Amino acid sequence: MIYLTLAFEFFKIGLFSIGGGMATLPFLMDLTTRYDWYTASELTNMVAISESTPGPVGINMATYAGYNAAGVPGAVVATLSLTAPALIIIVLIAKFLDSFSENAAVKAVFYGIRPAVAALIGYAVWELLKIALVTTTGDALQLDYTGIFICAGAFILLQIKQLKKLHPLVWIVAGAVIGIVFKM
Amino acid sequence: MNFRKFGELYISFFRVGILTFGGGLAMLPMLQREVVDQRKWCTEEEILDMYAIGQCTPGVIAVNTATYVGYKQAGFLGGVCATLGIVSPSLIIISLIASILQNFIHLPAVIHALAGIRIVVCALMLNTVFTMAKKGIVDKLGLAIFTGGFILACFTPVPTAMVIVLAGMIGIIAKKFGGKKEL
Repeated sequence: MIYLTLAFEFFKIGLFSIGGGMATLPFLMDLTTRYDWYTASELTNMVAISESTPGPVGINMATYAGYNAAGVPGAVVATLSLTAPALIIIVLIAKFLDSFSENAAVKAVFYGIRPAVAALIGYAVWELLKIALVTTTGDALQLDYTGIFICAGAFILLQIKQLKKLHPLVWIVAGAVIGIVFKM
Repeated sequence: MNFRKFGELYISFFRVGILTFGGGLAMLPMLQREVVDQRKWCTEEEILDMYAIGQCTPGVIAVNTATYVGYKQAGFLGGVCATLGIVSPSLIIISLIASILQNFIHLPAVIHALAGIRIVVCALMLNTVFTMAKKGIVDKLGLAIFTGGFILACFTPVPTAMVIVLAGMIGIIAKKFGGKKEL
């Protein structure tokens, strides 16, 4: 029963992805190795579309993944399952803890978790980079040097303060134009 | 049962959802307008507190904030209505796009465009990782957790959730035995 599997997997993602929408990425990457709902390369499309459409990125990605797995019902199941743990936890916090984020134990836990979240997203990006920049022809690995150049260029441009504030949609559209122009 | 309030919560957060691109902090101005200025459901300070809580609890920050406001206004069902409101636009829009994209994904122009997008998305995400690492890693132990987490994720079959749990445990142990250092 695919809906039950979806519900279980996305409930788990909702429970363990801490620190916002992008924290769901390593978990979505993890799903590609265990199910054939979508490929790792489709995941990049999902990120791009989720960043450039209305709505929280984490929700958009869950909806997209669920849709790819089992159509509109899949999208609904994945999205609601993702939000369920937060719903329970936030209600409990609102009820019992007045200053949750000031609590010493909570601070200690997050001191440990924050670097780990960055590392996990780093791992997911590493996997996406491999898909975007390496092509395998037969046994030989071939690096896409144009791609590497564009990626490095975009990353450097992103460090400029004025450009950093640009909406991701602007970058994504620029990427599409470059892709078409260079026939990537 | 305050059905009118439930309806208001759903509609307000539906509006926040449809007008927010990118989630997280991008939602703040919309939330302020809708929840603080127009509905007067909470003050600006409360919104910022909720953001802090949303950032260190599981789940998507935008959803956590919606749940919190809804719960404070109308109890558990209020939280449910606000949450459903904020996810509804995503459900509709993404399902539409996903179904439309299926029909165009084989065109050469679309393939080239997606290849270009893929590379830019990698750069964007790499930037996110750097920003998060800069903020999240405050000392040597943090750097060790970052490195260890990356190695575990890349080279071992340790589940992603396990890495999070381990990191949280290390945080508690470090706090307990590492003296009274301010975290």
